[in-house]
Amino acid sequence: MADLITMDDLTNEEIVELLDTAQRLLPVAKGDVYAPLLQGKVLGNLFFENSTRTRMSFETAMKRLGGEVLNLSSIGSSVAKGETLYDTMQMVNGYSDIAVIRHPRQGAAQYSADAVEIPILNAGDGAGNHPTQTMLDLFTIREAHGTLEGLNVMLVGDLRFGRTTHSLSHALVRFGATLMLVSPKSLRMPAEIVSDLRARGKDVTETENLSAEINSADVIYMTRIQKERFPDEDEYTKVAGTYKLTAGDLDGAKGSMIVMHPLPRVNELCASVDSTKHARYFEQAFNGVPTRMALLCRSLGIKVPKKVA
Amino acid sequence: MAEMRRVTAICNGTAIDHIPSGHALQLLKMLRLDVGRSNPISLVMNVPSGKMGRKDVLKIEDRELNQEELDRLALIAPKASVAIIRNYAVAEKRRIDLGEELVNIARCSFSNCITQNPNEPLPHRLRVISAEPLEIRCAYCGRGQDVDEVADYIL
Repeated sequence: MADLITMDDLTNEEIVELLDTAQRLLPVAKGDVYAPLLQGKVLGNLFFENSTRTRMSFETAMKRLGGEVLNLSSIGSSVAKGETLYDTMQMVNGYSDIAVIRHPRQGAAQYSADAVEIPILNAGDGAGNHPTQTMLDLFTIREAHGTLEGLNVMLVGDLRFGRTTHSLSHALVRFGATLMLVSPKSLRMPAEIVSDLRARGKDVTETENLSAEINSADVIYMTRIQKERFPDEDEYTKVAGTYKLTAGDLDGAKGSMIVMHPLPRVNELCASVDSTKHARYFEQAFNGVPTRMALLCRSLGIKVPKKVA
Repeated sequence: MAEMRRVTAICNGTAIDHIPSGHALQLLKMLRLDVGRSNPISLVMNVPSGKMGRKDVLKIEDRELNQEELDRLALIAPKASVAIIRNYAVAEKRRIDLGEELVNIARCSFSNCITQNPNEPLPHRLRVISAEPLEIRCAYCGRGQDVDEVADYIL
């Protein structure tokens, strides 16, 4: 079954093909065209952790393609009674054709994929991976720059717990990106990920300084320092508010440079950036719909026609 | 041989030589032998070795360990030499093979891995990324495991 647990599950060719499919599905994502490609299919939307964009965009994606959605959260289900993930997944396996899972524990998506027959899409496992976010990030980058190849990308903020940057960095180096990893010392990218990125032979620099490379960047990818991942509030307070990107910081930036953010934001990305030509995060959030449509079709083995009428 | 002065030869069974010094007890644990009720076991620790400086040796009488049991030892003693003894002579030499994945041998050390819930029934799986130097990662959460600490997480 075509699971998507980490970006390693997709080749570069498959990524590009999926982005092309998402592009064709744009009118369907916007609601301008109705294409019931997934009619009769049921998606299990399993969110054991909070979500706004991922959950809603998967639900919209499924519904705009004519499919049905079952929602499950840990509150109000047997998970709250101590049911194992294995047992919960056996139920989902019987009730749906495909499942999207977000879980606070790392490895939960791979575990689910091993537990059941239906395809599993990882919508975030603890501080692990978030590959469907990466697909919409890549879609947004390609839309702005016309290519994924050879870009200068700054990833900023919580790179230790930030699963979006874990998946995105893996994908970007495969397309020849030069990466600047900007984080407080205590929130640096995990060593095994940096080692994987460097093994691809690409430039990967780690720094604490946000301002130094803004002017040479093609993409600045801001992330929130995630309070919920800190076992100790004092540790959080030490690093909260380390970075604050304002419109003024972008004065010398390339005209084509885009600012992205997986959202939600707290104070690392000031509202003053919203009105600049660089801001791309709200479009980015919308792009979750066409890219997740493409991913649902892929995992369910549904071919998207060249012309979506 | 140095250990021959300390442990007599066994008639039948398995001899495991060239165990990294100080690890023989861990190996016994990994073999999951019911030590209290098993066949006679001779254990020698920290004896001089030309090849390793110091080493441990383990001899288990009247029990021929199979390949699956031996492969469990790869995490601690990948270069140990194993001999199956029959009638005081080496009848077979066996290698310990690390393989590509260690299933239900050790658990992931990461405190937020899904496998930390003891009620979850699927097997613990550690993937071997590289044998030399040894690099292993949890097959579920992807976390790299500290090779020096892996013995503490043996199941």
